[in-house]
This record gives sequence, structure tokens and C-alpha cells, in this order.
Amino acid sequence: MGTIENRCEARVRCNVGARSVAVVLARVITFAIDGIDPRPVWVEVDIRPGLPAFHIVGLADAAVREARERVRAAILNSGFEFPARRITANLAPADLRKIGPGFDAALAVGLLAASGQCSADALDRWAVFGELSLTGTVRPCRGVLAVAEGARRAGVAGLIVARERAEEAALVDSVEVAGVEDLRGIAVLLDGGEVPPPAPAPASPTAAATPDAPDLADVRGHELPLRALEIAAAGGHNLLLEGPPGSGKTMLARRLPGLLPPLARTEALEVTRVQSVAGIGHPGVLAASRPFRAPHHTVSPAGLVGGGRPPAPGEATLAHHGVLFLDELSEFSRPSLEALRQPIEDGEIVIVRGQQALRFPTRFTLVAATNPCPCGYAGSERACRCGEHELARHRRRLSGPLLDRIDLLVTVARPSADALNGAPVTSSATVRERVLAARERQHARLADTTAHTNAQLDARLLRAHVRIGGATRRMLAQAYDRGGLSARGHDRVLRVARTIADLADREAVTFDDVLQALALRTCDSTDDAVAA
Amino acid sequence: MNVPACDLSRLPCRPCLRRSWLIARLSGHIELAWSARRGRAGLLALEDSELIASLAGDRRATILTEYDRFDDGTARDHCAARGVTALCRCDPRYPSPLQDLPDAPAVLYVCGELERFERAVSTDRVAIVGARRATDYGLQQARGLGRGLAGAGLTVISGMALGVDAAAHIGALDAQGMTIAVLACGPEQVYPASKRRLHARIVATGAVVAELPPGTPPRRWCFPARNRIIAALGQATVVVEAGERSGSLITAGQAADLGREVAALPGLVTAPLAAGTNGLIADGAQLVRGAHDVLELLFGATALTLLSARADDRTVGLEPDLRALLDHVGGGCDTVAALAGRGVGIDAALAGLAQLELRGLVRRGSGGRYTATC
Repeated sequence: MGTIENRCEARVRCNVGARSVAVVLARVITFAIDGIDPRPVWVEVDIRPGLPAFHIVGLADAAVREARERVRAAILNSGFEFPARRITANLAPADLRKIGPGFDAALAVGLLAASGQCSADALDRWAVFGELSLTGTVRPCRGVLAVAEGARRAGVAGLIVARERAEEAALVDSVEVAGVEDLRGIAVLLDGGEVPPPAPAPASPTAAATPDAPDLADVRGHELPLRALEIAAAGGHNLLLEGPPGSGKTMLARRLPGLLPPLARTEALEVTRVQSVAGIGHPGVLAASRPFRAPHHTVSPAGLVGGGRPPAPGEATLAHHGVLFLDELSEFSRPSLEALRQPIEDGEIVIVRGQQALRFPTRFTLVAATNPCPCGYAGSERACRCGEHELARHRRRLSGPLLDRIDLLVTVARPSADALNGAPVTSSATVRERVLAARERQHARLADTTAHTNAQLDARLLRAHVRIGGATRRMLAQAYDRGGLSARGHDRVLRVARTIADLADREAVTFDDVLQALALRTCDSTDDAVAA
Repeated sequence: MNVPACDLSRLPCRPCLRRSWLIARLSGHIELAWSARRGRAGLLALEDSELIASLAGDRRATILTEYDRFDDGTARDHCAARGVTALCRCDPRYPSPLQDLPDAPAVLYVCGELERFERAVSTDRVAIVGARRATDYGLQQARGLGRGLAGAGLTVISGMALGVDAAAHIGALDAQGMTIAVLACGPEQVYPASKRRLHARIVATGAVVAELPPGTPPRRWCFPARNRIIAALGQATVVVEAGERSGSLITAGQAADLGREVAALPGLVTAPLAAGTNGLIADGAQLVRGAHDVLELLFGATALTLLSARADDRTVGLEPDLRALLDHVGGGCDTVAALAGRGVGIDAALAGLAQLELRGLVRRGSGGRYTATC
């Protein structure tokens, strides 16, 4: 990427052959959004004598090519003159696909500067990003936070955006943000006019904790699932809830984000950036709570992990730093579930389309829920009406490679009437305190590794950090030999046992910790012997 | 029905093989008669000519011709090629309990070592039957019964169906005891197909038998027909879980008709799968709480002292708190939530149940319910 000083060289005169031709050139910096990453784009505008024409080159998509009409109308309606000459606008670098309407403002500013209708001197200080309406108003567009981060990275001093998005852009430190109403406002600003008042400082993420977030204090009964939620939150473990319809699986899953530690500022910025690019959430406000995404089971693989044309972030990315909840796990298509494996393993997904490879972050905690059988009542008070084949198919659908990535299995039963009328078992604040302490322990232990939580411990880290006694080792070996535990299952049990010990504020993993982890393990097949 | 005289020097004999071939040949016709509910009872007791006359319809001439041209040599080769032994009614090795049936199969096809089968039939035998879609309770009990009875030296007979049948066989195999599976198709066919491994294990250590010649696929009428063989082979028939109109009740009825003992495992009065078994008990069937009850039924109280010491082996030396937990599970407190309601802490319940599971004393089933296995 070139340096920024040379961005503007307006009014250059050069000689071509015998004739002297006036060549006018302006350069404006703006940003394209590639996945959720900002990439600098230089808009070069060249005006020369010839038949009046306006061309945009540089791998622009349909929305960008339509910009010609918007820019022409906006310039005229703002009281400027649209040069009746041959105009060529180039979006560089030419190999990057430019998507969306965010280039309008930069094109118009380039054109005004090239035709001498506004000062080109300030163009090396300001990046411009926004869509234009035909009246010349600057309209907000998606991804302003990503653009502001791009401006900071590229070392641009200031960023001009629509007034409605100034607050959002101002979430990024060390970039001066100017929120403008219309094209005329931009021209005034570039001509040395007054910079509009800066947006108010964003509230800190912890202060703005949403008051209506679901709390564990609303839950009655469900002692065992609550314990599993706490372990999942503390160790970042993926969790499978199994239970009949209406037993409260979804209700419990919704409360997991509230048990996780509050978003750190860098995490909050990432979450907000994703939401800004996807056009969801509250523009201008730093995300305060961890996202909770619950896609319907008909979701396509592209909808789940990202994709499409142009590639957009999927549910897995929208759940970044939060919780991805898959209700009715067995109803999701196999391709969708298969597509989730890489994001769960790597914490990001790379989507390759033609010449581009886009990276979307996907560091989420997975909570899946399923009925114990297709009719939903196996093992509950009501009689199950499923045939043997349906049951076998249900089991097969669940025992996929995705289940290998789920550490905890817990059954959710309908709470008893007594429990429903009783006192709440605990509250989110109490549990969060224990979770925070457990996470502290993990951070201290894993400070110089790539893992952040116990769920990410690989075989080497497990050996280093989960020391178990001889009796415990023998018991696990026995379970392994009897065929009740696979090699992968063995590691999962140790990871969960580590978290249980962390929650109890112990460095040593005891026999009881491992036993509890065993009772909460996911089975590779629940009834292997009888189904022989 | 009078058995035709045959050449004892050449077994299985031609008339019996031909009879067996005819049943398989008419299988589709029997199916039609069966679903039309025409003369179900005694159909298989008819003479060959009567069978053809009443069932074959307009294919009568064709079938008669085939019947006359029947080649017993081919049938014998066919069995030999598939490793199946054919025991015909005239054979002294034909299991004598089957002779009690008015419509005893002409030929019993056996997969597995013949001597072992003879030994299995000559010792005491118990049939265990029950629902295909059994509950965890039913499966555990069937397996426990199979294990206990086979461990006591009895032969466990069942139908290798899903659910209770398979669990009973597996229990017998657990105890390295003897077990016989009676199939509704050819003995070398695996039905249901998902029991391929079980089929192979039973062939290797016990025997798989059937009335229909090798290569015959099962039809619906074959299952009740198969049940009569199970009922006849067992000295007692134990029903583990049966709904109100279950096929297992047919087996129990046939056993009672043959003068065999009938026993049933009780269940909750509210459970649909216990309606049939509780009904049997109400009608006078022996109530079964475990293998010892079956042994008492067959041999009187003397046999019990022998077994009771063995049955308790697995829980001897259990820590007091684990034993209390096991008692809770056996007493119906079978989920962690229910145990927590009895004052057992969540963590303690989880750890205790995991220990019990590791020692094979409980199993974790669907819905997070634990079932005691002994």
C-alpha cells in the first residue's frame, strides 16, 4: 500500500505530442469491506476534453456502477456543476472487487476536487465513506465501524461519514470523525470550514449492560442443567441439551450469554464491527452484551457459516464472542452441520470465491438442543411413539462428527410442580462471579499458549495442565477398555474435569472431578451393547 | 396329522423336505390367507394336498407339477452350500419338545454346530420374549434374565427381534451361556438386518434355527408361526414387557396351550408396555422379579440357594453411599434431578452415578434416566 502524501495531485498539466491537453486528476481515499475487513481503495478521477461521458473502472459491482447516476444528480442538486467533459473514475487497486454503495461520496468528492469546485489540499487528511441520495444528502451505509478501523490502520487523520454514523465511527480511537449532512457539507469541510462537533464518547461496554437480559433467577428447578451451563460458561465448552419439548431447553440456552464474562473492549469492537457490516444491532453503540444467535434449522450451509455473493457473514460469525444456539439439532441438514466443523475447530472460517479468500471470525460457544427421539417423549413420563427405525435414524443423525466437538451432554427434564413454585436456584450474577474466577485461573495458566479456555486444550496442553492421580488414571483406563469411552471422549472428560476443578478454585483435578465429567460426557452411542 | 413313512437311511427324508419346500413355495399364498383372516388356526397342520387345494388358487396346477417333480437332492445341496443342517421330523435328533406341536415343522433348519444345538435342547430351556420397542427397564431386565438363566446353565431361547429378544440373547452371551435364536425366515438370513453381529455371535456359540428353508425371506405370517416354535422349545416362557395386543402374548398363549409354564415381569400399572405382562400375572402367570423366580418356577425352592450368592456378587463391597444411591435408582429415583430431590447433592449424584456406571451396576439411558442392571 502506497503512502498517503501523494493522494492528491490536482490540476496537472502535461504535453502529449504537439497539442497541449489539460489533464485534471484528483485522488480520494475510501474503503471497501472485504468480508468484515476494511481495505483501502483510492478513487482517482480524471477529467479531460472530449465527448461528455462518465466511466467507472476497477472491478466495480452493479451497485457501484449505478453510482454514476446518483453522483451526477447529487452534484447538480447540491448546486455544483457537473463537468460536460470526458470523466474517468478508477477504483484502485483494480484486482479488489468493490461492492456496495459506499463509494458514492468519494466519487463525488473526487469529481468536485478534479473540477476545481472544492479544495483538493485537504484530501490527504480525510477519508470519505457514504452513499449519496439524488438530493445530495449523505446516507448512512453498513460497515462504518470497519471503515473507521481501516482509516486508523492506514494512518488517515480523519473520516467523513453520514451524520447518523458519526457516533459509530467515533468508537475507534485516534481517528477524527466528521459527520456530515450532505455533499455541500463535505465541500465546506474540505475548503477549511468548521468541523462538525465530534460525536459523544461511547459508553463503556460494562456500564450499558442491558437490563432486560434473561437471568437465571427466572429459572426454577433444573439444578443439573444449571450446573452444566456454569461449566460450559467457565471452560468455553460446547453443550448439548437433550429433553422433551417444552422442558426449557431454549430458555436455558438464552441465559448462557449472561453467564459469560463481560465483553472486553477489543471483543466488543469486533462484535460491533460484525454487526455493523451485517447491518444488525444498534448503530453507533458499542455492543454491550454477548451475541446470542439461534438460526432456524432450515438454514443453509452458507447462511450458517457465511457465503453467498457477495460473501456475507453467516450465523457463526454473528455469534462471534457469543453463543450459537442450534435448536432441534437433528433437523439441521447434514451439510450445514458439517460446515460448522472448521469454524468450531479454528475459530474462523475462510471462504474462497474466485480470486478472493475472505476470513470471518467464528469464536463462539455452541449450545445445541435436541429431543431424545423424533416424537420427543422417550424417557419422559409420556409414552414414546417412535418406531425402532425412526429412533435409529435419530441416533445416527446426532452421532455425527459435530458431536465430537461437544464436551457436555445434559438431560433437561420438566421441573416438578414443587420446583416451579419454589425459590430460584441461583442468579446469573452469582454464577458469573464463579465463572469469572475460573476464567482468571485459566488465563493465568494458559498465558503463554494459544489456547484461551479449557475447551481449547489439545493433547499436549492436557498432559501439562491436567494432572490426575493413579487411581483416577486407572478408573479412566478401565472405562476406556470397557469400550464406554473413545479416545476423543477420554480427552473431553479431562477437559471438563479441568473446568470443574477451576470452578472449585483448585489446581489439582480430583477423582470426583473426573467422575462428574464422566457423568456429563456425550456418548458416541447411547446403547451400543443392546443395539449390537 | 400322520407322518409319512420314510427312508431312515437317507435323512433328511424326501417327504419332509418336500413339505418344507411347499410351505416356502406357498408363503405368499399363506400371507394372503393370513391377512384375509381365513382359517388361520391349523393352516400349517393341513396335509400337503389339502394345503395346495385350499391355498394355491389358480396356480394349483403349476404348483402340483412342481410338487411332483420336487428334487430332494437339490434341496440337500442347497442346505449344505449354506452351512445349514436340516433336521427332519423322522430324525432322532429332531428336538422332541417340538413334537408336542400339532403343526410341528417338518424340517428344522439349524445354523451352528449340530452337537451344540443338541446339547442346548437337551438341557433346561427358558424362552424370553417381549416388546421390540422396549423401555430401558425392559431391556435391562431382559438382559439380566438372560445373563442369570444362562449363567445357571439353562438355554435361553428367543427370536432375535429388536428390543427384548436381542437383549435376552445378549445377556446369555454375556454369561457365556447357551442361547438359541428362532427366526421367521431362513436361518442364515439376518432379520432384522441390524442384528448381523448378534446373528454371527449366536451361530458361533449357540444355534440359530428356523422352520423355513435357507434363502426364504420373512413374511408377516411367519412371525406368529415362529412364536409357536419358541413356545414349544422353552419349558417356560417369560414375557418381559408386552403391550395389550402384543405378539408376545400370542407366544405366552401358545406356551400355555402346550402345557408350558408362563411367567411375566411386572411393570408400572400406568405403563402401556406393562399392560400385557401385568394382565398375564393377573391371569395366574408366575411373577418374575429376576432369574431366581424363573429357577424356582422350574426347579422349586432348592435351586435358589445356589444362585442367590452369585447374583449379589457384583454389589458386594460397595461403599455405603454408593449402595444408598443404587437403592435410590432401583427405587425409581432414576434421574439426577430426582436424586437431588432426595437430598443428594448434584455433584455427589453425578460422581456416584458415574462410579456405578463404570462398575456396570447402572446404565445411562434415554432421557438421562439410569437403570439398575442387576
